[in-house]
Amino acid sequence: MSSTHQKETGSWDLVIRPRTSLFNLNLNEVWQHKYLLWMFVRRDLVSIYKQTILGPLWFFIQPILTTIVFVVIFGNIAKISTNGQPRILFYLAGITMWNYFSETLTSTSNTFIVNASIFGKVYFPRLVMPLSKVISGLIKFAIQFLLFILVLAYFIISGAEVHPDLLGILLITPVVLFIMAGLGLGAGLILSALTTKYRDLVFLISFGVQLGMYAAPIIYPLSAIPAKYKWIILSNPLSSIMEAFRNVYLGAGELSLSGLLYSFTFMVVLVVTGTVIFNRVEKTFMDTV
Amino acid sequence: MSAIITVENVGKQYRLGQVSTGTISHDLNRWWHRMRGKEDPYLKIGDVNDRSLKADSEYVWALKNINFEVQQGDVLGIIGRNGAGKSTLLKILSRTTAPSIGEIKIKGRVASLLEVGTGFHPELSGRENIFLNGAILGMGKREITRKFDEIVDFAGVERYIDTPVKRYSSGMYVRLAFGVAAHLESEILIVDEVLAVGDGEFQKKCLGKMKDVSASEGRTVLFVSHNLLAVKSLCKTGLWLDNGISKEIDLIDKVIDDYMNKNQGTTSSSVTVEKESDGFIVHYIRVSNNGVEGSFNIEEDLLIEIKVSSQRSFASININLFFNTLDGTMIFATCSLAEKFVSGEFTYRCVIPAHTLNDIFYSLDVMVVREGPKVIHNLTETLTIEGIEGKREGDWLGKFPGLLRPEYFKWSKNNGNG
Repeated sequence: MSSTHQKETGSWDLVIRPRTSLFNLNLNEVWQHKYLLWMFVRRDLVSIYKQTILGPLWFFIQPILTTIVFVVIFGNIAKISTNGQPRILFYLAGITMWNYFSETLTSTSNTFIVNASIFGKVYFPRLVMPLSKVISGLIKFAIQFLLFILVLAYFIISGAEVHPDLLGILLITPVVLFIMAGLGLGAGLILSALTTKYRDLVFLISFGVQLGMYAAPIIYPLSAIPAKYKWIILSNPLSSIMEAFRNVYLGAGELSLSGLLYSFTFMVVLVVTGTVIFNRVEKTFMDTV
Repeated sequence: MSAIITVENVGKQYRLGQVSTGTISHDLNRWWHRMRGKEDPYLKIGDVNDRSLKADSEYVWALKNINFEVQQGDVLGIIGRNGAGKSTLLKILSRTTAPSIGEIKIKGRVASLLEVGTGFHPELSGRENIFLNGAILGMGKREITRKFDEIVDFAGVERYIDTPVKRYSSGMYVRLAFGVAAHLESEILIVDEVLAVGDGEFQKKCLGKMKDVSASEGRTVLFVSHNLLAVKSLCKTGLWLDNGISKEIDLIDKVIDDYMNKNQGTTSSSVTVEKESDGFIVHYIRVSNNGVEGSFNIEEDLLIEIKVSSQRSFASININLFFNTLDGTMIFATCSLAEKFVSGEFTYRCVIPAHTLNDIFYSLDVMVVREGPKVIHNLTETLTIEGIEGKREGDWLGKFPGLLRPEYFKWSKNNGNG
């Protein structure tokens, strides 16, 4: 309970009212449920590969196969430039980052629909659920990222043309990840709130995420885009993140501070809007879901 | 003693029908009113929630003008027939949905058990699920660790604790789930119908645990159940909801008596058929009983009337009644004598004696057969009726098993080999 809430309610611990103000987000309460948050993260990670033989190896297999397909189709057949970088590394970097974003977005955007049965029976701050997805997504990302680092190390040892910037890596990696997580979460929160009532968006999300990959420099470098159209790609907040990531790890791609600042601002607006809308919907979504 | 929960003027409005393009126009209108600082226009309208009446408005009040207080340590039983708003009230109290109007104030932590095993993950082991479920219900890690052995002991699943719960029998699953919830240290416990599952021994254990919780630990319990016997034995106070309105709040014995004796005399439910075939018309089917509206008292005779008419005569007509469970299993059939039918209006009557049916739902089919034999009417699922039970001798309060409960079987006990 926030302190202002306490004052007007006297000695009561909890007051249930039809609507609370738009910005009464109860973030405190989310913090009090950090153990629950952790349990959800654990559940996601433990249950996903139960009764499989390869288990967590599946985290590796998906990006490896996707990379091979991209190398064949976009590299060998379509011959799209990779900024002179080894194709495998170029695509793997893109896929690893994109996977984190799309995983965060899709898993948070169906929060209400997937969890309707739990939400309908017991109360806890609903925000815990999408936050747990962001964190379990981060852990899955870390595993795939490890794969990327291993492949990168192999290419460096075998003397390929890659120039990682160690200082840049330390500075940029957390920033880029943070913005990426925020963008996925913010967009996911907004979509999750809207899908409870209007299911139309469910269809939009599933192919929107597929197509969205082509609107950011994942399978092509920004430098391959004609100057005239560059602004279109750059208006996508993911673009400067991707470029910065490849810049520090591979030594190619544009590292633009103003671009990162744009992405960051975009992310903050998205997260705040998403949280407010989400918070509004969580109170009555059981009536419409 | 002080009030631990106060409910003031609480109401919950629902919109009937489907979410579709029409929804957006109402949403926009509502938003437009709010932007101008006006009240939600749709909160002013809405019908009382009576399922059987045709709706005048798209909006209904599932709950309206609910006011009551619960004292610390009280055990409140909430009764009422299906659709009376019991579950809606519990949902609002446990914050899974917000009220449309009104205010509820609560002191202390609320644990709600609207379902057993909320959030249980089938792939996880019993141990993992205790921690997950406990956390969902609002327990911290330390609290769960401290109670862990007690929960396992209560559920009696020690051997299976590291097995995924999808391998559990449904009884073990329910026991484990209830065990977690029952060991929650909250000041207020909200329980909905959990006793409907599990075997007899377990139901007894649950009731016992709930009694402990309120009597020795001084916790407050809100309990909804169709099992009036359980409510009666467990609760001190009763709240009777009817069509979303609170009808009575008083000592539990008085509330249950009033509930059972509502409309002293006959209550009936009927369905209009008005179907014609071979010139033979079935007008309506009516079920009456000295009991509660919408259901029948199994300790009273049940009268079934079928009104028919025809302009012509038949060499033979007989009326068949089939009693089915809700999932379509036929329990028994009974039919009138096949007799000559002379044109005119007639009412066929069938009396099912008291102490024949059980306190479950029955779905009635009616079949009309003429000479030949040829079926001229086959009316399936015409009426659904529910039996309820108001009093019972002895300690056993659980569900009486079986689809029927005839009491005319003879039992005796002799000495030795006699």
